[in-house]
Amino acid sequence: MSVAAIGKGSVVANSGSRISDLWFRHPWFLLALLLTPPLLWIGIVYVGSLLTLLLNSFYGLDDFSGLIKYELTLSTYAQLLQSANFDIIVRSIAMAAAVTIASAVIAFPVSYYAARYARGKWKAFFYIAVMMPLWSSYLVKVYAWKLILAKEGIITWLADTMRLAWLLDGILALPVVGGPSLSISYIGMFLVFVYVWLPYMILPTQAALERVPNSLVDAAADLGANPWLTLRTVILPLALPGLVAGSIFTFSLTLGDYIIPQIIGTSRFFIGQAVYTQQGTAGNIPLAAAFTVVPIVIMGVYLWVAKRLGAFDAL
Amino acid sequence: MTIAVRFDKVSRHFGQVRAVDEVTLDVAEGEFFAMLGPSGSGKTTCLRLIAGFEQPDAGHIEIFGETAEGVPPYRRNVNTVFQDYALFPHMTVGENVAYGLMIRGVGRTARQSRAREALAMVKLSGFEGRRPMQLSGGQRQRVALARALVNEPKVLLLDEPLGALDLKLREQMQEELKSLQKEVGITFVFVTHDQGEALAMSDRLAIFNEGRIVQVGRPNEVYERPNSRFVASFVGSSNILPPELALRMGGGRHWTSLRPEKVTLSRGNTPASPSQPSIAGKIMSVHYQGSQTRVTVGVDSDMRISANAPSTQGAFREGELVTLSWRPEALHAMEQDL
Repeated sequence: MSVAAIGKGSVVANSGSRISDLWFRHPWFLLALLLTPPLLWIGIVYVGSLLTLLLNSFYGLDDFSGLIKYELTLSTYAQLLQSANFDIIVRSIAMAAAVTIASAVIAFPVSYYAARYARGKWKAFFYIAVMMPLWSSYLVKVYAWKLILAKEGIITWLADTMRLAWLLDGILALPVVGGPSLSISYIGMFLVFVYVWLPYMILPTQAALERVPNSLVDAAADLGANPWLTLRTVILPLALPGLVAGSIFTFSLTLGDYIIPQIIGTSRFFIGQAVYTQQGTAGNIPLAAAFTVVPIVIMGVYLWVAKRLGAFDAL
Repeated sequence: MTIAVRFDKVSRHFGQVRAVDEVTLDVAEGEFFAMLGPSGSGKTTCLRLIAGFEQPDAGHIEIFGETAEGVPPYRRNVNTVFQDYALFPHMTVGENVAYGLMIRGVGRTARQSRAREALAMVKLSGFEGRRPMQLSGGQRQRVALARALVNEPKVLLLDEPLGALDLKLREQMQEELKSLQKEVGITFVFVTHDQGEALAMSDRLAIFNEGRIVQVGRPNEVYERPNSRFVASFVGSSNILPPELALRMGGGRHWTSLRPEKVTLSRGNTPASPSQPSIAGKIMSVHYQGSQTRVTVGVDSDMRISANAPSTQGAFREGELVTLSWRPEALHAMEQDL
């Protein structure tokens, strides 16, 4: 095109595409179009069924007929406090807390390395290594662990060959957490939970650490903080939102899981199993609903406490 | 005179890149010292070497007579104002300023009152409870300054601290920083790529290029007597005359610098003052700059000389015939052939 031709065309460069013009002039139209389906989905399918669930927990079961009585009562919640049910809750919370703490302890150094030091192909390797366990079926992994932890499994064999059988026996002899073999003990269940949920702790923690600028670490050192103090006063507080986000995953996933406690571990119930049997075989939907409310309340309290402690101040 | 910072043939290489290459430098105690250079010239790496964030690959660094190599940043009595301020987002302004004191184990009430004093010094009294996020760029800059100064460092390092501020605020902060430095008497080492800032604020400045120091001196020395083509063109703007042209214009056979404000412009063939050397030419371009007009005149087929004409002289037009004249001492021969 010659210089002279520039500026001699029409002011309107392209008269087509009326629809994009419409979107340009009415941005809310596009926004509404994009947001309506997900809002309907969340509003009706998710929040709606959650409210129905809540409502169900305030109904009770008729002791004689075994049918649901549709009148509001707190008797179902009172049942939660009966020792058999309350034990299930305490057991589940203890396991979820242990899994969460262990995941955080393992995840932090891994995430720290990945966020601050890994570059290029090492970073890619990190992502693949963390994500790969998520690619295979959850059931396959749990059954694989069952074999690993079984009395005839590789861990027992390894302990025997390394003449550490006494150590394994000692661990299994521990009260409450031990058992006849790792695959029938709380320790085994704990190991599998940590393995399965660890990526959900690593990824948000890594993302939070990634956002900490190097200059803040330099500034802490500049102001006299040695590496340990820098970690405690600057890096850890700034990684806290990520750790809290990760703990929401590990905590609630552990609380709600009913497959791992069923395949690995003792015959004692966890919340997920209680919900499963109450709404299935037992047909006690109100009690199942009440059990489901427990993790929701716990997470709500947890987030409130985290906020009060300033976990989200840097967000 | 005590030497605050001494560099002796200091080098810092990143792979093939010689970020700092055999730099030798003395900064005197109580001095406002500027490190000026284009980006990638090594000035920031020099600052990080003083702070301790980088360790030299070769050479020797002394801070107040003590060897600095191998000393981690948290053991150096040196503080930094970072380019992005690096305020801790999870702490209040007060906690940020008191951070260094907290680390050193100063008690809560003592450090709070000292943080208050430091904030008063930078005119931010009453901001203790705010979050860094709630402050403007200029206010953050002051907090960063207070956070560094409250520790009473022996040397204060400033890494392009005014770079993110808009022009008016930058000029105001330049004056405030300068008077603050006089008030506290601490040695300031100030990194900037803005030559105007370096000239306006520093007692002495070093010009960096490609990891080396090209020239060190007081602002007027560096401006009036640049030692190389690089300094002449980087500090202010200058007509850099090749040896042949310099000879024709009454100088020696050297690369020569002639500042545009030292060239007088007159219309037609007559020089403004007949006793002065002069050269005639045709106007190639005119840039109106407010109080003055930058006029570029073609004197040869390929040589151009710029002159700053006061705008009171009236408008010049492209293509007009003019005569340039200057006082012989305005021609400055540069010793370095760079």
